[in-house]
Amino acid sequence: MKDGKIRFTLNGRDVVYEDSPLRRLLDVLREDLGETGVKEGCGEGECGACSILLNGKLVNSCMIAMGTIHEKELMTIEGLRETEQGKCIIDAFADAGAVQCGFCIPGMVMAAQSVLQDAPRPSEEEIRKGISGNLCRCTGYDQIVQAVQMASEKGAGLW
Amino acid sequence: MPHSISTSVRRKDAVAKAAGTMEYLADQFPVSPLHGKCYYSSISRGTIESVSLPELPEGYYIVGADDIQGVNRLHMIIEDWPVFADKEVRYLGQIIFLVVGPEKDVILDLHKQIQITYRELTPCITLEESTALLEGVQHGEDNVFTRYDIHHGQVEYPFEKAHRILEKEYYTGHQEHVYMEPQSLFAHWEEDTFILHASAQCPFYIRKSLVNALGMDKEKIRIIQTPTGGAFGGKEHFPDVLAGPLAVAVCKIKKPIKLVLDRKEDMAYSIKRHPSAIHIRTALDKDGRILAHDIDLRLDGGAFASCSAVVLARAVFTVGNVYNINNIRICGRVFCTNKPPSDAFRGFGAPQAIFAMESHMNFLAYALGIDPLAFRQPYLMKQGDPTSTDGKIHEEVMLPEMTRRILEMSGYEKKYQDYKTRPNWGIGLSYFFHGSGFTGNGERDLIKARIYLKKNRKDQVFIYGSNVEMGQGISTTFCKVASKALDIPIDQVHFVEPDTEIVPDSGPTVASRSISVVGFLVQKAAKRLKAEWKSGEDQSIIQDYEAPTHMVPWDQETLTGDAYPAYSWGVNVIEVEVDPLSYEVNTKGIWGVYEMGVPIDRQIVEGQIIGGMIQALGYSYLEKLEFSQGRFRQATMSDYMIPTSMDFPTTQCDIVDNPFEYGAFGAKGAGEMVFDGAAPAFGAAVSQAVDTIIDEVPVLPETLMELTDEGR
Repeated sequence: MKDGKIRFTLNGRDVVYEDSPLRRLLDVLREDLGETGVKEGCGEGECGACSILLNGKLVNSCMIAMGTIHEKELMTIEGLRETEQGKCIIDAFADAGAVQCGFCIPGMVMAAQSVLQDAPRPSEEEIRKGISGNLCRCTGYDQIVQAVQMASEKGAGLW
Repeated sequence: MPHSISTSVRRKDAVAKAAGTMEYLADQFPVSPLHGKCYYSSISRGTIESVSLPELPEGYYIVGADDIQGVNRLHMIIEDWPVFADKEVRYLGQIIFLVVGPEKDVILDLHKQIQITYRELTPCITLEESTALLEGVQHGEDNVFTRYDIHHGQVEYPFEKAHRILEKEYYTGHQEHVYMEPQSLFAHWEEDTFILHASAQCPFYIRKSLVNALGMDKEKIRIIQTPTGGAFGGKEHFPDVLAGPLAVAVCKIKKPIKLVLDRKEDMAYSIKRHPSAIHIRTALDKDGRILAHDIDLRLDGGAFASCSAVVLARAVFTVGNVYNINNIRICGRVFCTNKPPSDAFRGFGAPQAIFAMESHMNFLAYALGIDPLAFRQPYLMKQGDPTSTDGKIHEEVMLPEMTRRILEMSGYEKKYQDYKTRPNWGIGLSYFFHGSGFTGNGERDLIKARIYLKKNRKDQVFIYGSNVEMGQGISTTFCKVASKALDIPIDQVHFVEPDTEIVPDSGPTVASRSISVVGFLVQKAAKRLKAEWKSGEDQSIIQDYEAPTHMVPWDQETLTGDAYPAYSWGVNVIEVEVDPLSYEVNTKGIWGVYEMGVPIDRQIVEGQIIGGMIQALGYSYLEKLEFSQGRFRQATMSDYMIPTSMDFPTTQCDIVDNPFEYGAFGAKGAGEMVFDGAAPAFGAAVSQAVDTIIDEVPVLPETLMELTDEGR
């Protein structure tokens, strides 16, 4: 970051960022990079709608300043949906009826990916814990838990 | 046997939503030339004495009441809510200005420089202060927005001859919607037309509300609904409140402006569920049988009427609940206070009313020493029974079968006996019902729904109506209804996103009416199209609402007749364990059995059931929203707790079919009824666990501690 440029990879491609290091990652993703699958629900790290993977870990992009992501790897729903794992999770969400208004769901899919990365055959408890940082006001969560279980079964070997 | 339409299909919008390709309003207009930021009043009640506005850099505007071309009133049910406060302020958070400009930082800086001098008055916070007309009247002659009185049978005489009279008051608190997508609008001019894109439930409501402020023909006001990230009633009328200032600004500046609330603004200043205080007085004979109820039902309407009158109506017509009581008197009132206005929220007055009546039935059973389930049985409504409005229950009532099922599923009876001697454990049951569609003559005389069905030359069929997809699955269920009636694949049927310029007014997306009332029109239209089907040709059908002929006519003057054409029914059981040290309540089991005619897609309906019950359990236990010094103390999502995946266990539910003649493939409403039963069942379970009577939600650990320490 010696030249004042922030370099990172987003969904596998290199990005160079030269604006203020204080901007929120969420805004840069949405406004500059067009990654509108990342949603803003609360802007204070509570709801998880803006969840992404940062070096493989689930984080709320509204809580991250651009200055902290130099040389890091980012994956958003836009990247995950192109992978076999992502397709499997999205399919499972659709089949389980785990999608209602949909606003929290891209973030929830990222959380599901995080759960399955850590435990390819998660227990209900592990799933509930893994998605507990992502709030959904519509589904009551049961069908989301079921979707993660279905993804784990159908996508056995992917994680 | 379940109806074949109930077999689940994959939702049409599921993949786009899960994959993040569905564009909500903020995604469609990620960068806007201009942003709007509301300037809100900082006091709860008073008059604006003077205003000092900052000097504006070029391209920045502060828009207020002086910029209104038309009348400074939003048209809702009555016209009391101004677009911008100009002289009087009625709640902390009332919009006084809209600050508009290209850079958010500059807007915020200008915002800080606005100075207003108020002459403050003491606000009315409680129902008692409103009744006492503290610092003078604010609405009408008595601060009562609306009053509805019902008399069914006689009341004076049963109370005179009563062996015993028991009474108690029940309270419910505010609730915040917390739709995940905050309130969002984007507006611009195109030639001579004002165009508004909005995350909303009722595009035609917004159009109607703006006619006054803009002083324009409604044909020149176009509302386009954007994919709506949850609403639950919170986007029924409140988008009107934001659309007013935005429309005035766009009218003045003639440039596109985006207005998206951040979560803190949304939670602080948007409308909430009506708090309630419901006093029930009951006359009993010497055998403990109910002779009569005398009910005083009060709702806190907040600062402006909004749709309080209609919420009150549903509360009043529902408070008798599923019981056939010969004599009942209900006085319902909604009061003006200096809080953010109360408005629509899933259940719409019914959850408050049912919590009160079900808790009261438990209280009576407890006081009489009778098992609460057994106590209820003689009063359960049956087909042909009168309602509290002297209407009639037309459908077969499935409550006995539903009761059997839920007792089996939950093991209620054994647990209820066991927990009498097992401290800190409890189980509770509630019955409830919910009328489908608008109250009284609303559908026939006010809404007059219309839909279009159009087929193109490729034999693709399109459904045009104003009911919006907000998560409940209507874009799929409408297509299912049409495809089934047309006997064509669902992929050949398409739901058209509401846009007031291209869809007819089939009414708002409220009142559990979309499938039961409008879905029925879709089915009728599809049936006609099938009969006239000419492959390879453009065809279109217009279908208007026709009132069912089976109803007892509604009289709005006397409030008698069938308040609703049909009811959906439910029974819930909740099992809890209370921590004896922290008084935290752990929910151990959730069961629900429902009758909503015929479910149009079992999976979608189960999604409504589970989501509704969890939202209602949040209301029962987690969602504390205290009002203090003009503000809600729980001001963010960090301190207003909605349920997470860890808070409640898996929900067990079942559905009983009972086709309704005037609903799409027999369907009645589902989306609201699923909210109605959890709070009283939860209250009953906690009552048993701590051996006290719960008369208030949310049930807070601190309340339980006080109750237990101080005794009953």
